[in-house]
Amino acid sequence: MEIIDPFIFRLSIFILSIFIGYYVVWSVTPSLHTPLMSVTNAISSVIIVGAIIAGLAGNSDNTFNTSSIFGFIAISLAAINIFGGFLVTQRMLAMYKKKKKDK
Amino acid sequence: MISANLSAIFYLISGVLFILALRGLSSPETSRQGNFFGILGMVIAISVTFLSIGNFSSGFVYVLIFLLIGGIIGAFIAYKIPMTAMPELVAGFHSLVGLAAVFVAISAFLNPKAFNLGSPGNIKLGSLIEMSIGAAVGAITFSGSIIAFLKLQGIMSGSPITFKGQHPLNALILISIVVVTYLLCSTQSANLFWILLAISFLIGFLLIIPIGGADMPVVISMLNSYSGWAAAGIGFTLENTALIITGALVGSSGAILSYIMCKGMNRSFFNVILGGFGATDQNSSTRSKEQKPVKNGNAEDAAFLMKNASSVIIVPGYGMAVAQAQHALREMVDTLKKNDIKVSYAIHPVAGRMPGHMNVLLAEANVPYDEVFELEEINNDFANADVAFVIGANDVTNPAAKTDPQSPIYGMPVLDVEKCKSVLFIKRSLSPGYAGIDNDLFYKENTLMLFADAKKMTEDITKNL
Repeated sequence: MEIIDPFIFRLSIFILSIFIGYYVVWSVTPSLHTPLMSVTNAISSVIIVGAIIAGLAGNSDNTFNTSSIFGFIAISLAAINIFGGFLVTQRMLAMYKKKKKDK
Repeated sequence: MISANLSAIFYLISGVLFILALRGLSSPETSRQGNFFGILGMVIAISVTFLSIGNFSSGFVYVLIFLLIGGIIGAFIAYKIPMTAMPELVAGFHSLVGLAAVFVAISAFLNPKAFNLGSPGNIKLGSLIEMSIGAAVGAITFSGSIIAFLKLQGIMSGSPITFKGQHPLNALILISIVVVTYLLCSTQSANLFWILLAISFLIGFLLIIPIGGADMPVVISMLNSYSGWAAAGIGFTLENTALIITGALVGSSGAILSYIMCKGMNRSFFNVILGGFGATDQNSSTRSKEQKPVKNGNAEDAAFLMKNASSVIIVPGYGMAVAQAQHALREMVDTLKKNDIKVSYAIHPVAGRMPGHMNVLLAEANVPYDEVFELEEINNDFANADVAFVIGANDVTNPAAKTDPQSPIYGMPVLDVEKCKSVLFIKRSLSPGYAGIDNDLFYKENTLMLFADAKKMTEDITKNL
């Protein structure tokens, strides 16, 4: 039997995830749209995974080459987003409170 | 070092956790748990990457150092940023995702061996295509977000910048991006890769400059979407499931938000993207406003009206954010509530400069979220309310959107503020809103205009209550 290119599997994951995203995001309440943006910001910075691989790509006697320097900078950029994104989301979400019952 | 299969499973788990993070946002109660899932997913993804490389040499120390530098900067920003500046912050963050995608792509292009993509000059075709797409979209996200950031921050004028031949030029550049990508993939030339990045940066810049300041909710959502597609492109290159899932989630999330924002303005996506909206025709608006009389009030009048009301609906807009009036507003509402006056808040989908911006500001001022309503939920209540208190909003209340087919905002959903028994309008001047159109509401019999800074006026009203 012919072997399916792994790319097709990745494409399947991609397409199905778009649909999951579609339904999940429509169910997000409009009052949380700002936290939605900041949290999507944070999670899209999972691109740091690629940056780490790039950063560690220097050979044993030379940690820094052009490729790994770009990787290191990308690590910092993504880390700003990850920490900044999750923390600011948390800060915002902590503000959303219900009416106090005892009033 | 863990096996490739095991790490793939962990990446899948972190992808699922990211889905749960977004799912949590369906209600404020579950949202904090959702955010925790997101953090957990990120921790898993990063740890697995370290474990799968398994190379804890000197390079590893530098990775931690750079991670820490970024983390400290990020945490610092997250704690310092005022809530009114969220749109700028998000635009800034988008630019970082874009730039990180570009850098990872450059790194993979220069050293494809590290990513198992072949050797320099002989990169696997599929990977090269994915890499080019990721890099190009990343570059567009970066320069576009920088412009959005500058416009939101007020460093660059919010008015649209248009010039002759703008659209043909943009079209030409977009076509050349496709052509260069094709040539790059067939020749593997490094020069073409740099050219691709350069023209992508350029087009990101050119695409955003013609879009006016008040269309920023659409722009931010759109760039949010782009940052997702860029991440997905890189995810395909790295064959990483977590990145592909996340990219797809973020991409569709941004697309949906853009759609909601466009619908809130009754404009097509292309209409917004082509820009130029809000280039004010100053003459016509100045002429018309001099002819009509306006009822001008002060804080005492406003306080009197509200004291005698039994229900008040507050309509906040971007002006409230500019004046930082949310806390003063909340104090005023507290006083009203003490007098047994029912108060609710009405939020238009495009109020503010980003989706949900007003909700965050009200939440910051300790307004319970169950007193805050969306347009569809509250629009029928205006007819039964005594006072509508419009603070820093304008176009979203303009009845011309319902009555005047000639109006540029005709068909846009608006809050039925004019149905209230009386309307209080806090504004700094009679100038038209961003759409450059006059608001008939200003001249109505039952409208009282309060010309002042939103924060100061709200404080004065509270004193008089």
